[in-house]
Amino acid sequence: MSGARMSALAILRGQIERIETAEVVHPRDRIVLGHGAADAALKGGLARAAIHEVFCEGRQGAAATGFVMGLAGRVSARRPLLWVRQDFSELETGALSMSGLSELGLDPRCVVMVRAADVESALRTSADALACDALGAVVLELWGETRQFDLVASRKLTLAAQGSGVTGLLLRMAAQPLPSTAETRWMLRAAPSPPGSVWSAWGAPVFDAELLRNRHGPCGRWIMEWNCDECQFSEPSTYPQPVAAAPAHRQDPAVLQQRRAG
Amino acid sequence: MIHALDEAAERLGLYIGQPLANARAMCPDLRVFDADTVADTKTISDIADWCDRFTPLVALDPPHGLFLDITGCAHLFGGEAALLRTLVRALDRQGFAVSAAIAGTSVCARTLTRQVSGTIVADGGEAEAIRSFPVSALGAGEAITTGLRRAGLKSIGDVASRSASEITARFGARFSTLLAHALGQGDAPISPRKPPPDYIVEKRFAEPIATDTMIAMTLSRLADTLIASMEKQGKGARRLEAAFFRTDGVVRTITVETGRPVTRSAVVDRLFRERLDALADPLDPGFGFDMVRLSASRTEIVVQEQRDLDAHVHDNDELAALIDRIAARIGGRRVVVHLPQDTHIPESAVLAASAQHHLAAAMQAEWPARVASEPPLRPLRLFDKPEPIKVPFATVPDGPPHQFTWRRALHAVVRVEGPERIAMEWWRQDGKQLTRDYFRIEDAEGLRFWIFRDGLYEGEVFDGDGKPASPGWYVHGLFA
Repeated sequence: MSGARMSALAILRGQIERIETAEVVHPRDRIVLGHGAADAALKGGLARAAIHEVFCEGRQGAAATGFVMGLAGRVSARRPLLWVRQDFSELETGALSMSGLSELGLDPRCVVMVRAADVESALRTSADALACDALGAVVLELWGETRQFDLVASRKLTLAAQGSGVTGLLLRMAAQPLPSTAETRWMLRAAPSPPGSVWSAWGAPVFDAELLRNRHGPCGRWIMEWNCDECQFSEPSTYPQPVAAAPAHRQDPAVLQQRRAG
Repeated sequence: MIHALDEAAERLGLYIGQPLANARAMCPDLRVFDADTVADTKTISDIADWCDRFTPLVALDPPHGLFLDITGCAHLFGGEAALLRTLVRALDRQGFAVSAAIAGTSVCARTLTRQVSGTIVADGGEAEAIRSFPVSALGAGEAITTGLRRAGLKSIGDVASRSASEITARFGARFSTLLAHALGQGDAPISPRKPPPDYIVEKRFAEPIATDTMIAMTLSRLADTLIASMEKQGKGARRLEAAFFRTDGVVRTITVETGRPVTRSAVVDRLFRERLDALADPLDPGFGFDMVRLSASRTEIVVQEQRDLDAHVHDNDELAALIDRIAARIGGRRVVVHLPQDTHIPESAVLAASAQHHLAAAMQAEWPARVASEPPLRPLRLFDKPEPIKVPFATVPDGPPHQFTWRRALHAVVRVEGPERIAMEWWRQDGKQLTRDYFRIEDAEGLRFWIFRDGLYEGEVFDGDGKPASPGWYVHGLFA
């Protein structure tokens, strides 16, 4: 091989390298999740303008939905959220409930739902939506293994997200992770509520989140709790407030009535 | 009974309404086909579609007729005579026997078609034109026609010579009105099949077009013209229709709806491109389209606003545009926003409404506030139809189960909170619905369920003999 050709190759290689490393996300484009260790592993939080994948087993669908919803809530920050889902996943794990969403502390007004009939139209819709910078985040919910979602499709989504600055979140239920261009990849399971007495207020969403892949940092596995009041993740509270303290801030309406009458 | 016949059969003296046995007796080697009225209706409506190319006002005149209101359209086709000639020749070529006429009133024109095809009667000449026709041409019904003949009134002229009061007294007001209309005194309004669109632009081709690029180019040019004409009056389109007229007479109409009025031709162009791309049965040009028409059938006045000052408004515009694009591709019902409903029944607490029409309402909706420092009380995923679970036993009759089987997997209950009793709305329901006791449940794995017992124990559920039965259990939702 001649020297000129070698040098041309070297130039090309250099160009490719530069293209590949151009994706390094600026620190200010990261959103703090609230969980110290996870934020540290993510170098300061979840990157915006990228694709993040959340995988789970079939029966863990609701937990993974909660986690994705939490990420979307953090990332979109009161901007509209487009949730694209396949018809079939609604049969399997139930429909996304807006009452449940507002119980998590998120705003149902910001959610626009797209009910796609199949994977192709879901993918195409999300690629379109990711290019629209009026959105805060786009969630694509797919059930089961799909042939259609390959490296090319994943690359398309990533490019659209980078172009517009919108974050794409993929919720893959009952699917095995495959190579993709995602910035992070998570495996989600529900974690039991922290131990406490029978009377303690249990039931805040607790996730066993495993970071399987992280383009710009280490992986890890943490127990993360979603704090519905502050709308962020946190380390699980081991000893929560007992419920017996509740009447202190919640007056019994009957008593109030009586006092007024008396 | 003979429903329809061709010219050859007519020459043999057969007539519509004749019993088939009589006809067979007159002509033994008669070829008979079963009448298919549904197909006939379909054909006449297809022909009406085709006639849309002449005027937007096409009305059906069952069983075999069509009215075209060509007021102000004739000059586009080189005058009334030329229009009539074009129409008859084109339908003839497709194998239809046509009889057409133009007159000042629809009834007069219909009377003319029953006698002489191709007549054009100028305004005011109606009475003169139909004077010599037999009364049957009016199409007033068997009883009246026979009655007129018995009275010695053979032609329309004869009838017209009697005074209107006499005719009304003998044959009813409806017939006298029909007669007046036929004679050009007043007119019955026709009822067009489609409401006339607010704005129409169209392009005709001497040489039919068939390629996708040509079609796209034509549409985008038409969009430019349409938007320009709407802009002059400050209107924006909410509903657009593109009609493709194929050379062989088939007409395909494609509709696009938008959430807010469209005022830019690029948007119209893009919406149609999305729609055409996503068609389940693609546009089949056959031998080509000889005419493409774009019309705005619903329009709204657009308030011109300066948008860039308020970024939030701008964002909403972009979101609405995105929703329009998605809806154009996968259908308006598939893009939804959610509105809270004033009910405590979990499955009807949220209404999914079309995002195109309710985006603004959804953005402003008041949702019930959550109780601070409480864990979520409603599940994140709710099953449309609660799924039955198997509960072996509950230690306390009213209490929660200790384990249950859902989707063939056994779940051991670790934590329970409940019951939250939700009674059905007796003032709304029609059948008897049971009171539900809801429990929040966490199993050994950490999965959180929302389950309920359908019916009060020993209170609402009875078996066939009227004895208390054990109520059913269901999973209604999953918590995160």
